[in-house]
Amino acid sequence: MKDHLAMGKKQLSDIATVTWNRRNHFYTPVVLAMLLLVGAIISLSLGRYGVPAIQVVRILLNRVIPLHKTWTDVMETVVVNIRLPRIVMACLVGCALSATGASYQAVFQNPMASPDILSASAGAAFGAALAILSGFSTFGITILAFLFSLLSVGLVIIVARFAPGLKVMNLILAGIMMGSLLSAGTSYIKLVADPSNQLPAITYWMMGSLAGAKSRDVVFIVIPLAIGLIPLILLRWQVTVLTIGDEEARTMGVNPHLLRTVVILSATLLTAASVSVSGMIGWVGLVIPHISRRIIGSKFQILLPVSMLNGALFLLIVDNVSRNLLQVEIPIGILTAFIGAPFFIYLIIKGEKVA
Amino acid sequence: MTLMVRNLSFAYSFRDILKNVSFQTSQGEILAVLGPNGVGKTTLFRCILGFHRHYRGSILVQGREARTLNSRKLSSDVAYIPQSHGHAFNYSVLDMVLMGTTSSINPLSVPGKRQEETAYDALARIGAEHLAGCSFSHLSGGEQQLVLIARALAQKAKILLMDEPTSNLDYGNQTRILQQIRLLADYGYTVLLSSHNPQQALWYADNILAMEDGSVVAFGTPDDVMNSNLLKTLYGIDIALVHSDYGTLLAPQLFGDHDTSRGEKLHATMDR
Repeated sequence: MKDHLAMGKKQLSDIATVTWNRRNHFYTPVVLAMLLLVGAIISLSLGRYGVPAIQVVRILLNRVIPLHKTWTDVMETVVVNIRLPRIVMACLVGCALSATGASYQAVFQNPMASPDILSASAGAAFGAALAILSGFSTFGITILAFLFSLLSVGLVIIVARFAPGLKVMNLILAGIMMGSLLSAGTSYIKLVADPSNQLPAITYWMMGSLAGAKSRDVVFIVIPLAIGLIPLILLRWQVTVLTIGDEEARTMGVNPHLLRTVVILSATLLTAASVSVSGMIGWVGLVIPHISRRIIGSKFQILLPVSMLNGALFLLIVDNVSRNLLQVEIPIGILTAFIGAPFFIYLIIKGEKVA
Repeated sequence: MTLMVRNLSFAYSFRDILKNVSFQTSQGEILAVLGPNGVGKTTLFRCILGFHRHYRGSILVQGREARTLNSRKLSSDVAYIPQSHGHAFNYSVLDMVLMGTTSSINPLSVPGKRQEETAYDALARIGAEHLAGCSFSHLSGGEQQLVLIARALAQKAKILLMDEPTSNLDYGNQTRILQQIRLLADYGYTVLLSSHNPQQALWYADNILAMEDGSVVAFGTPDDVMNSNLLKTLYGIDIALVHSDYGTLLAPQLFGDHDTSRGEKLHATMDR
């Protein structure tokens, strides 16, 4: 009897959690989106040249409906041409990395998978280093990083396809090998690079930064982002089913290998695009899906949008620290590691409890 | 005939796992597959579920060859109920059961109101609707097994494959699950289950498929095929069949051949 009572209590609290969760499936994304909007406006006003938030709003609104001009031309240039691309970029990159993390964790059925597990970042770094060595322009660096990132993950998928046994394990092992190979390649490029200008450029690129973000980069990243996100959004329920295991998913009518390949390719497009414009920004793709899962649960159809919004918000905030904390800009990759790693240790110590 | 297997053979890298397996089941039947570990019970299930497609012979599911069906089509005829085990991510019971409706919805959509009703109906049929809001990983082994059965019911397949549905369960839950399975069969489901417990097969199954080293050694009703010889072949121990008012009971010899004296001594003590 006592057991039954305890049981009833457990179920009541569980039921409460589920109802709460269901209501939150609607409210959480809305609240996060509003926070993101407010965060973006505050970020636009922050900087060495301060612009009041109200002017920021008026400058932006003026683009849609003409308003009486209460701001200076300098303000407009700073907000629209310098800060806006960078802030949009921070949001897009955070969103892309988190979406990739959530997708990889789902299709690898492992909450520890991160976007760079299949060597996407190592590939991008190699491509960028190669481009810097060859004296390419900034845009050339972005393109080559993007292509090498896709190429390396493509090779990983092909290698894993031909290996027998567990596909997930093969993919991860092939990813580790490819990553190690590409890092060696990058090290060699650093060795032969001109130490006065090329080597610092490579090193700086690998620290990750949004400092050089221009509207052109935003346009460059938006297209692969959209292409990568569409399959993820469409296949959201299939991905949820896949998380419980290949064989069970298959007996419920899901094609695990095909689905995993499509999701990996789409997610890789997101990482490749974001890494190629921002350099190596670690931890976001691992930590943000974790936090999001605690907020909203594991169902991919809701985890994906919540992770994307959380990721955008997180990187927006961190980028503000990166550009405003010190006179000299701190590379954002260093900051995300400083925040992400201790937070992850906290998660490990507290014990993994995925609701 | 809902499921017909004819001369099924399967080899894993030149090692024969299944040799000329033939059997059939009709609607509303429970078929228990018996045999010691490693005789090919799991491989047989995996062939029927479409995991292995390069088998010889034929597996006809509602008259269609299993290997020609894609996972989506096959899943509308055959549902699989695994042993409950941990998952990387946790879901509510309702979500878990909703996953069963996957093959009935557009692959690019999510389950809606109608699928939720299906899921609640499935839970209600096995008397577990009160669990709908619970989180799956918080349930006991028996409850998890019930939920996995409900998920298979939500799949609306008429053939249920159960991999040792009562393993890892306590005695009470074993019986409860088997009662549930019997009810489902009476309702019209065809149930194929593998079991390590011949007593359960004797009680609940309509037919028994006994396997030894990849081949069928006996196939028929429990009354026809179950005897001490078969049990000796399968498990290598002496088991007596005791016919009683409560059905046939299995009485395994409690002590091995090498130690009969100890058994006699015990019996002698008990007589006194």
